Amino acid sequence: MALDRWIALILLLFCLVYGYTAWFSMDGELAPFMKRNPIWPSTFPKVLSIIGVITSLVILTGLEKGEQKIGEIDYRRLTDYNLGQALLLLGLMVAYAFCLRTVGFLISTSCFLILGSVILGERKWHLMLPLSIGATLIVWYLVQEILGIFLRPLPIFLGV
Amino acid sequence: MLEGILLGLQTALSLKMILVVIGGCLIGTFIGMLPGLGPMSIIAIMIPVAISMGDPAAALILLAGVYYGAIFGGSTSSILLNAPGVAGTVATSFDGYPMAKQGKAGKALTIAAIASFCGGTIGALLLMGFAPALSSVALLFHSAEYFALMVVGLSAIAAFAGSGNVAKAIMMTVLGLMLATVGETTMAPMPRFTMGLMDLQSGLGFVTLAMALFALPEALYLVLKPREMKSGEGVNFRDLQVTRAEAKSIAPVIGRQSIQGFFIGVLPGAGATIASFLGYAVERNIATKEEQDKFGKGSIKGLAAPETANNAACTGSFVPLLTLGIPGSGTTAILLGALIALNVTPGPRLMVDDPQIFWAVIISMYIGNLILLILNLPLIPFIAKVLAVPRNFLIPFILFFTLMGAYIGQNNATELLILVGFGICATALKFANYPLAPLLIGFILGSMLEDNFARSMQLYDGVAFIWERPMTMALLLLAAILIVLPSYRAHRAKSKTAGVADGD
Repeated sequence: MALDRWIALILLLFCLVYGYTAWFSMDGELAPFMKRNPIWPSTFPKVLSIIGVITSLVILTGLEKGEQKIGEIDYRRLTDYNLGQALLLLGLMVAYAFCLRTVGFLISTSCFLILGSVILGERKWHLMLPLSIGATLIVWYLVQEILGIFLRPLPIFLGV
Repeated sequence: MLEGILLGLQTALSLKMILVVIGGCLIGTFIGMLPGLGPMSIIAIMIPVAISMGDPAAALILLAGVYYGAIFGGSTSSILLNAPGVAGTVATSFDGYPMAKQGKAGKALTIAAIASFCGGTIGALLLMGFAPALSSVALLFHSAEYFALMVVGLSAIAAFAGSGNVAKAIMMTVLGLMLATVGETTMAPMPRFTMGLMDLQSGLGFVTLAMALFALPEALYLVLKPREMKSGEGVNFRDLQVTRAEAKSIAPVIGRQSIQGFFIGVLPGAGATIASFLGYAVERNIATKEEQDKFGKGSIKGLAAPETANNAACTGSFVPLLTLGIPGSGTTAILLGALIALNVTPGPRLMVDDPQIFWAVIISMYIGNLILLILNLPLIPFIAKVLAVPRNFLIPFILFFTLMGAYIGQNNATELLILVGFGICATALKFANYPLAPLLIGFILGSMLEDNFARSMQLYDGVAFIWERPMTMALLLLAAILIVLPSYRAHRAKSKTAGVADGD
């Protein structure tokens, strides 16, 4: 089964769960007087769940015929591409999300930019270090001082 | 109307706005040239900046400038490198790149710039004529018609998705509508689909979703499959002059394609990509036999046609956004989201309530086009050199800006995890050729669609509004036809056209 149909299967399950919530579990919390309204908070989701189930079934069964075109990246040969780099970068983004508050903006961002380049195979440290640290400082200044959004600059144990 | 134009001139010609337009156009051109980054990613990355400017007129002008700049930058890399940065400029490379190879890069860029300028300007003139007329009609609409109109818009986006993709486009729209139902509703003080998570109480962040759907997958694609980025060295920029005979031959092309492109742009779901391909095809078909042979080998007509059409279509796509508040493309959907974040609701009331925003945007389109012509043309040789920025430096920065955009929007680190999660899902959907723009359009229209639906249901105490209001009935029937027709036609004959709905 091709990837688009696997995804249709996942979407079908998603629509079923969504529909179950809308049809069976959501109305219980509704205040009694609200039940006289012609429209409930669950009405629109109910309609959506039906359309969603029908459409995902159409894709799943391949009812709509069309040419199978291979996109820019052929997912069947995913390992031929730089999959490792992409996964490492995604991991780095998750790590950044966890570090931003605790380690502080300045250190985590500089590390993110440097490690990002290293993952992509860059080894020119004399360019990478000043570029990343400079950009970090500029962005921090812009966000904190000009936009006025608080970004903890230093690690949490320093109490800033 | 005249006082509106004057008000718009007053707003748009202030020093701040001119600087905003110049900045937007330059940023757009620069990023649009980088292969693989489309206007949607650029605008998504620019949203936090635009929103924090606080002034809706300035924000919209900045984002519109970035949009034009991106399309212009895309055509520059199409011509010089045969590497279109934007789907809307793929047709430009058909004749632009052969011209550059023949040593006429300067001339090709000049023609592209002039054609874009004319397309954009004529488009803006048509917009000035059509938008007020359309919004005065739209003022007669009730919530029932609005609901029906949004259904038409969403169905049209699915219908234009190309053969074999209609079901996928509908699925993505529905998924977007479903994601829009997460969080509190306006109907009752009750959270929906939050799974008990406090972070989802206020719904999913629009900026986060826009970044996750466009910027992140495009960056991941650049990582997975590095494209060759050659610098534009060795290209002849001296010969910028266009002869009188050449000008004469492309003038009718520009005239025709401005109008055709504009109207294609107005249609929801069509946009710059389809306009440019169709413009190229039409001009090749009506050219003389002798000229037809030149198409694809460096014909100036073949270059002027898509360039005019894509810029006119960009302007045209503002018509449904500004008059009905319904975005027809991913880019205008992002603009709509930014406007809502700034507490401005685009729609027929926009012209009445905030005329300075409406007209300032239109006036700034002229200024933006002028700036692209006079500022970017002499700068092209320098910008082309910057194209050689190594991707090892570029990609971490793109990823960092998507993270920063999501963080600034919500000031919440959980948002970054949601961004990565949705980004991975969006990349998987992109692998399987699911169009992503309908998802975002559905997400942005979701709450409006539901509000109008709820209001009509309450007014008519049920679904009676569907048959009691003939206009609503007609629009809903149109929506049904739009959905059924492509599959019906696909069943009758294998359609020849390839689906090119991605990219704007």
